[in-house]
Amino acid sequence: MRVAIVGVQGDVEEHVLATKRALKNLRISGEVVATRRKGVVSKSDAVILPGGESTTISKLIFSDGIADEILQLAEGGKPVMGTCAGLILLSKYGDEQVEKTNTKLLGLLDAKVKRNAFGRQRESFQVPLEVKHVGRFEAVFIRAPAIVEVGKDVEVLATLEDFIVAAKQRNVLGLAFHPELTNDTRIHEFFLKIGDRR
Amino acid sequence: MKINLEKLKFGTELIKRGFAKMQKGGVIMDVTNVEQAIIAEEAGAVAVMALHKVPADIRATGGVARMADPKKIQEIIDAVTIPVMAKCRIGHIAEARALEALGVDMIDESEVLTPADVFFHIDKRKFVVPFVCGARSLGEAVRRIWEGAAMIRTKGEAGTGNIVEAVKHMRLINRAIFELQRMDEEKIYITAENYAYRYAELASKVREEMGLGEVSRNDVVFEEYTLGEIITGIYEILLEIRELGRLPVVNFAAGGVATPADAALMMQLGADGVFVGSGIFKSSNPPEYAKAIVEAVQHYDEPEVIAEVSKGLGEAMKGLDIFKLSEEERLQTRGV
Repeated sequence: MRVAIVGVQGDVEEHVLATKRALKNLRISGEVVATRRKGVVSKSDAVILPGGESTTISKLIFSDGIADEILQLAEGGKPVMGTCAGLILLSKYGDEQVEKTNTKLLGLLDAKVKRNAFGRQRESFQVPLEVKHVGRFEAVFIRAPAIVEVGKDVEVLATLEDFIVAAKQRNVLGLAFHPELTNDTRIHEFFLKIGDRR
Repeated sequence: MKINLEKLKFGTELIKRGFAKMQKGGVIMDVTNVEQAIIAEEAGAVAVMALHKVPADIRATGGVARMADPKKIQEIIDAVTIPVMAKCRIGHIAEARALEALGVDMIDESEVLTPADVFFHIDKRKFVVPFVCGARSLGEAVRRIWEGAAMIRTKGEAGTGNIVEAVKHMRLINRAIFELQRMDEEKIYITAENYAYRYAELASKVREEMGLGEVSRNDVVFEEYTLGEIITGIYEILLEIRELGRLPVVNFAAGGVATPADAALMMQLGADGVFVGSGIFKSSNPPEYAKAIVEAVQHYDEPEVIAEVSKGLGEAMKGLDIFKLSEEERLQTRGV
């Protein structure tokens, strides 16, 4: 199994390491490749969009053709995951911050996201979170977005107060928090197995 | 799920270092007003550093350089969606607290401003907001990390448009990590003692004047920490660096980046990202310069892209010859 991590900007290395550990735990042989150029995502079996700045990552993936490759991979039913900024990019609709900055989205998850939903960096937090299919998970939220509306095909996996913070639509998984920052690989393992279940 | 407020944790090391990790592969740009901040955001900056004056102008004006006017910082916070950072003076806890209260996303405890304390930096662990600090060597970097910095940047020589010092500092840190990886625990402990001694300088100076004996390991030398505790803390960080083969926090390049090729050079030397101070808004075409530097950081290992984005950019900032600067004019010697 070959997993691509979109590596234009953000916490790419953390996802590479978490995915490698998850593959090992699942006893799946495979490789994890971080990429800043087109040509890699299209030859992979799964792709992850990391955390970072959504405005920056959006500009770079759309100008370099990586965005089209992600769309094609998703259409082919391969697992696609986005964390934090990655969740914003996967979503169909953004809030006024997304619109104001003309951030282009991939539209793979029928959801509306709110950027910086919990506030600025000083309001960033970690909390034990109940995640469907996974269990209790120490979730790290950093200037995190949240989902405020979802379409009928979207399965809600975790909520915090009135916000949805994890959701899945068939092979597409979006998280407002950062499973790659902790040593717990259960969410990455869940993600890698999405392809099997469909 | 209802939030159980007692289970919510803020300002942990994981959250602070995590914030810095989200900046990797990005360009952080110095801006002095809303218009510049918007240009930076549109060009793809991952964050902006809100300043009263860019370092080149701080240099030209002289006098005491302080924290920027909070009104100006607030305007920039309100104008952009990306994180906003701001600088406080080295050791100036009150400026740092004011910036934290303002909602700044990261504080740069910076040698570019006039230091407020010649003995100590801020004990950054006591803050919820993360800090970035400059370093010229592994010793400086490790001391700042021990104090709780979530991000390190090379000091370089800010406001000169001259990359030579940033390269020097990155090379010195890389070489020291190389040496560390070939050292046993005993030698590393000796290095930790050397690095930690800086914290004992105040106590040592006073004791010497008073005719007292040397500072001992059990003496409290900085905040509530004894010299022995500091040595142990630094020793543990050094072991972690040996294990990782790199700093345990994000390491950016700063202090003299003026062109796309400068930015690419620093990335090739192992920087996780780049701060551009005067380089963008002292150039003849800031929006194009900003975009070109963002592209150059992303494609640092693709020479054809560096060539392409560097075409017809106009004048880079004028720049200064480091060797013509006197010791007092060098900002990098502040805060060791």
